[in-house]
Amino acid sequence: MTATLGNFLILAALLVATAGSMVGFAAGCSGTPEGLKWAQRFAYAFAALMALATIVMEAALLSHDFSVKYVSQVGSRAVPAWVTFVSLWSSLEGSILFWGFILGLYIAGTTWVNRNQHVDYMPYAIGVWLGCAAFFSFLIAGPANPFGSVSPVPLDGPGPNPLLQNHFLMIIHPPFLYLGYVGMTIPFGFASAALLRGRLGLGFLRPLRASLLLPWIFLTVAIMLGGWWAYEVLGWGGYWALDPVENATLLPWLTATAALHSAIVMERRGVLKGWTVTLVQASFLLTILGTFMTRSGVFNSVHSFTQSSIGPTILVFLAVAILFSVITLAMRIESLEAEGKLESAVSREGTFLINNLLFVLLTFTVLIGTVFPLIVEAVNGRQMSVGRPYFDAMVVPIGTALLFLLGVGPALPWGRPRRDEVKRALLFPLIGGIVLAGIGRALGVTNVWTLITLLFGGYAAWVTMAEMWLPLVQRMRRGDSFGTALVQGQLRRGRRRFGSYVVHAGMVVVIIAIAVSSTMRTSHEARLSRGQSAKIGSYDVTFIGAETLAEPHRQSTVAHFRVMSNGKFIANLAPRMNQYQMMREPIGTPDVHSTLTGDLYLSIMNVDVGTQNAGVLMITTPMVAWIWISVILMGLGGLVALISRP
Amino acid sequence: MNRSRLFLIIAIAVAAIGFTIIAASGINKNLVYYWTPSDLHKAGDKAYGATIRLGGQVLPGSVHHQSGSALDFDVTDKHQTVHVKSTGIPPQMFREGIGVVVEGTMTREGFFQSERLMVSHNNEYRSPKDGQAVDAKKLIESTKGVDVK
Repeated sequence: MTATLGNFLILAALLVATAGSMVGFAAGCSGTPEGLKWAQRFAYAFAALMALATIVMEAALLSHDFSVKYVSQVGSRAVPAWVTFVSLWSSLEGSILFWGFILGLYIAGTTWVNRNQHVDYMPYAIGVWLGCAAFFSFLIAGPANPFGSVSPVPLDGPGPNPLLQNHFLMIIHPPFLYLGYVGMTIPFGFASAALLRGRLGLGFLRPLRASLLLPWIFLTVAIMLGGWWAYEVLGWGGYWALDPVENATLLPWLTATAALHSAIVMERRGVLKGWTVTLVQASFLLTILGTFMTRSGVFNSVHSFTQSSIGPTILVFLAVAILFSVITLAMRIESLEAEGKLESAVSREGTFLINNLLFVLLTFTVLIGTVFPLIVEAVNGRQMSVGRPYFDAMVVPIGTALLFLLGVGPALPWGRPRRDEVKRALLFPLIGGIVLAGIGRALGVTNVWTLITLLFGGYAAWVTMAEMWLPLVQRMRRGDSFGTALVQGQLRRGRRRFGSYVVHAGMVVVIIAIAVSSTMRTSHEARLSRGQSAKIGSYDVTFIGAETLAEPHRQSTVAHFRVMSNGKFIANLAPRMNQYQMMREPIGTPDVHSTLTGDLYLSIMNVDVGTQNAGVLMITTPMVAWIWISVILMGLGGLVALISRP
Repeated sequence: MNRSRLFLIIAIAVAAIGFTIIAASGINKNLVYYWTPSDLHKAGDKAYGATIRLGGQVLPGSVHHQSGSALDFDVTDKHQTVHVKSTGIPPQMFREGIGVVVEGTMTREGFFQSERLMVSHNNEYRSPKDGQAVDAKKLIESTKGVDVK
């Protein structure tokens, strides 16, 4: 019954999306207001049907209706209700349905916001969005159908993937990731509409930019949450390994970041129109490539991905989307004529250009390293992967150069600045860089790249701070009180500018924190019996004992440690191993004592409750907490910039 | 097409070729091979110094604990056997007969120096019951995506 209802809703969504897409394109060609009205109605209808289908699935999950295939795969009466609720995105079929739900929200929301504006672009945009929506409806209706029926109906199910149950970050990371990934469909639709329309006016830049910024914020937060999760759960003390799954989220972020910057040059100077549109399309295509790579099992083996029918289906969609993008670009890019020109290389817009080239270079570097093993295996069947040193060797220099630009770019004036202007703008912030590098050196930083990062980071921090509070300072010089200047200068007018610099500040903190934490960590392994201590840095870690705890859905072995430093009590840490019924191997869960200066990280490798012995991995990492803190900065800064008035 | 545009295109082309060469050589130097003990024997001299993920079963009766947390054992795929020396603390599930993946390199002294000992990474691979044969290929695939230290 539930399964039939779900299938009906999905098929209706497929029908509505397909029809709406065709209506959208037709309305774009003919330009009739009535056509646009109908395209809008189809967009709302698609969103409503997807939302209903998702509600039906949630109801089935929460009522333990094991006659529904997806519920029988991930449901369990033994797990708490909140785990059941989030099971929607714990496995492939459910997360594709969740994808459809979010896509509906995005399409309907954007259509509503622009219901009376940009009437010459909107029909095409809705056509493109609903085209994508039709594909995902097809995916849900066919290859990844969660609404199959099971007979005989089982009494209970295995429960969702234990990793989901093991840590709260695994619950909030996927929704953010989907909000970022799916949201890239919207700017793709806008960019394609501009190409199909053969015009990209400055008035249309605003919705394009806003639609890119929103998923960018989600993607930024999602990437950081993913790193945090890896740090809290995987037990090796790192947060980013540049593994294929992580790279899949990084790639569209890189191109989207580049596009956000080139859009500013476009707004100021009327150039880089075709380039911006290309970057926006590339961001969307990379989200689809990422979905293909992470969801089809292609990384387990090229030859295993055909076993799931979803892999080839997404690949076909990717091919169609690439073809569509290339054709629209090739046919129409000439029509997006530049209205101005760049005047000088040593100017703000000059650094924007280099910034864009570096982001694209970084994208290629990561893309090649990620896809290379797949190609090799497809060609000669050998399995291999590209090691971390390749990524370090390529990403670190490009990243450092970008940090340099993050400081120099905003310091340079627009247009064609005079030589003395340039000198004055560039010299002062050097104080910030030298001070920070000096502090780093005094605190024991020896790695050259880390010192360079501190130098550039201090420089960028100085520039960012000066630029961020410039409106406030200017107003106070003119005699405004601090309060008025703060509200008028920073929050009421120029919010976009203020928000962007808050994001920049967050980025400076992230890059410094990554450089310091990755080059200055120390680790030590020890095997301890009860009462024994081990030393790492200034910490004395004493093993107090281990115990076994039984919960309905898992069994945990907990090792207790007391941490002292110079005779003073610091913390009690309890890393554990959680054994879930579904998994043979236990999931280790490290415990972290986190401070602003650095973390102490304890992870148990093995533990024997009978003999009270534990093998423990101890890691100290400076500055890690700043990576998570800066996410808040970047997220909030992005939001401030998003809700700005022109 | 005017001259400055032509110059720009040539410059971009040269930069792109240069970048591709750098990237390609970077990848070539940093490949991690996924091998079974038989693959490792077939590879011959290529195995020395290369980064390898070796997958197979811990041969029952071959585990010897050395001083500290150092460990010696044999990894087998029923056709070939490789002697492995490992220094780190082994994971909880490590025992004789289980499927493992060790990451490290082959030394000229004839043993595999492991820097990392993994039992299994994800849910998709299930280690066989004790004594059951190991599907080495599947086992190594289960560690794809795990960071290479």
